[in-house]
Amino acid sequence: MSPKEIFDNLKQVFSAEGGSASGGGEAILDGKFEGVLDPYVKISPTKFKEIALYLRDDISLRFDFLMCLSGVDYTKGLLGAVYHLFSMEKHHKITIKVEVPVDKPEIPSMVDVWSSANWHEREAYDLFGINFIGHPDLRRILLPDDWDGYPLRKDFKVPEFYQGMKVPY
Amino acid sequence: MGLLDKQFNNSNIIITSLDSLLNWARLSSLWQMQFGLACCAIEMMAAAASHYDFDRFGVIPRATPRQSDVMIVAGTVTLKMATRIKRLYDQMSEPRYVISMGSCSNCGGPYWEHGYHVLKGVDRVIPVDVYVPGCPPRPEALMEGLIKLQEKIRSESMIKKSA
Amino acid sequence: MIDTESIPLKTSTGRTLRSEEMVINMGPQHPSTHGVLRLELVVDGEIIVDVVPHIGYLHRCFEKHAEAMTNYQQVIPYCDRMDYIASMNMDWAYALACEKLLSIKIPERVEYIRVIMGELQRIASHLIAIGTYGLDVGAFTPFLFCFRDRERILDLFEITCGARLLYNYIWVGGVSHDLPSGFIDKAKAFCKYFRPTVKELNDLLSYNEIFIKRTANIGILPADVAIAYGCSGPMLRGSGVNFDLRRDDPYSIYDRFTWEVQIGKGLMGTVGDCWDRYMVRVWEMEQSLNIIEQALEQIPEGDVMSAIPKRIRPNPGEVYVRSESPRGEIGFYIISDGSASPYRVKARSPAFVNLSVCPEICKGYMIADIVAIIGSVDIVLGEVDR
Repeated sequence: MSPKEIFDNLKQVFSAEGGSASGGGEAILDGKFEGVLDPYVKISPTKFKEIALYLRDDISLRFDFLMCLSGVDYTKGLLGAVYHLFSMEKHHKITIKVEVPVDKPEIPSMVDVWSSANWHEREAYDLFGINFIGHPDLRRILLPDDWDGYPLRKDFKVPEFYQGMKVPY
Repeated sequence: MGLLDKQFNNSNIIITSLDSLLNWARLSSLWQMQFGLACCAIEMMAAAASHYDFDRFGVIPRATPRQSDVMIVAGTVTLKMATRIKRLYDQMSEPRYVISMGSCSNCGGPYWEHGYHVLKGVDRVIPVDVYVPGCPPRPEALMEGLIKLQEKIRSESMIKKSA
Repeated sequence: MIDTESIPLKTSTGRTLRSEEMVINMGPQHPSTHGVLRLELVVDGEIIVDVVPHIGYLHRCFEKHAEAMTNYQQVIPYCDRMDYIASMNMDWAYALACEKLLSIKIPERVEYIRVIMGELQRIASHLIAIGTYGLDVGAFTPFLFCFRDRERILDLFEITCGARLLYNYIWVGGVSHDLPSGFIDKAKAFCKYFRPTVKELNDLLSYNEIFIKRTANIGILPADVAIAYGCSGPMLRGSGVNFDLRRDDPYSIYDRFTWEVQIGKGLMGTVGDCWDRYMVRVWEMEQSLNIIEQALEQIPEGDVMSAIPKRIRPNPGEVYVRSESPRGEIGFYIISDGSASPYRVKARSPAFVNLSVCPEICKGYMIADIVAIIGSVDIVLGEVDR
């Protein structure tokens, strides 16, 4: 299926329930296919879990392989996570984007949907500070446990000393 | 027997200084601690393999710091690893030597400018005897570093130097 | 947790024995962990109850450096140093991502050179994997044989670009130097030399009874677990899944050559055990030789660099491009904001994802089997920690 068809499929299934009793607000926020090298679908964080389960289990979609989960610092007070999905059966791909404000960065965890999200989410938490709700073991993975700060944010300042060792050159 | 073979005729007493004898024994069998961290470790392994044999210098890899004489720090030292390196160095028994192999353990290497988690040189935590430059240094360069260390050991002395 | 009540261990005097779990540290410095990896083993006697891997001892801030560089080409040496055993494939994946961002087409000769270099690098990487795997389970000789053959490949790389390990050879838009004169004959001579050597390796290690006893039926990874955890490369193909990025998500001219995807068949034990993953690598080396020989015949003349400016300024946009490295799927997600340095570069490394499945497949085996399982995953810590 092409990305536009996947987007239309999702819009059809989720907009029908989106405005109704389940919390209100649009689930599928945006989608861009023309003039971009990598077509994407932007999703709101609150409804992400249902959409992810649908993407994995629906017979026409079957996105069972999470290729990559990246954290991004969009500046202007926004952090985001980008999910690249692939289907081993159908050989089609889609990109999902989720954006959260920097003072309350919370995204539901996808560990129950794709097990590879476990370590990817720990890395995004470590480097960006995005909090994944429902993750079984959210702690730092690459940096030491007593590290201060989130290095890949654009406003990160390198500390002068760490445990008595001088950090800058 | 190498250096001593058929050098003497009709004598069974060899006179030398204790310093020379001890130094010769120490430098001819420097057991290294297998401590490869990153890319330089592959060149260290290539130096220990059959093409650039290390064994002819008496250097064999030992897994534990308790049984080794020289620690070749091969690769980037990160802040998370630096405390462990200090602990391993303390576990080695004297006489112990350190060869810093590669740019990263000499001075931080290509990560010197923006590496927030890279220790800019392993000599910030342990004392280093020989620095081998390169990124990564060729196995021949590592051998030259080892030979320089052997020269350094050859000039050591048991007599304490008066200040 | 093992329920101690259910183990009726009785001494000769009739008293019941109680067993407790122990936490053992397989620390950052260990001869068999292939680098600085820390494994916390929770064991009951000799049987593993849980494995908790701790990584990050080689985190060298690749992504921060990529954002700080003032030129897209300057990131290539940092890509080399991520997976230092297969650096040609790392550079190639990054160059593919940048070229998709620029939407340019590269010359034919460059495609052939990249395929030849990538496949030679694949053979060199698998030789290290096989040699160190034999060393882990106790066989010292295959290590020396594999490094001897690898030196010949490194000679070929050295006459082309001057370096033995970290090449900085595949640039965005082409390659840095043309093949020197005499390279094609030397490469053909290497292929002729290497084919019988694979058979020698098989006789020495692969069908050795001790090796089979150490690796067959150990660390069985079912195919659905492998896909859920995102495993790729020989890890996935060893579990019987017929998927190879060179054929199924094509990125270069691999469709012009005849070669086969190798999958694990469970010949010595179960499908998806350590022996299968190891054998997939040995078979892949032979297929790489086929590809190299065909490429050496077909390579055309031409330019080795396309006409792009020295300072690349792509249009704002983002791409995710993946390619098949010897360890699996290496992917680069690059966001460009229109300036000369990248806004965000994320490297999705295969060893990071393959290692995350280890706690699943290690339970119930003995401590000595952990070494065999970690060796069959073929991790490179530079890539895991980036």
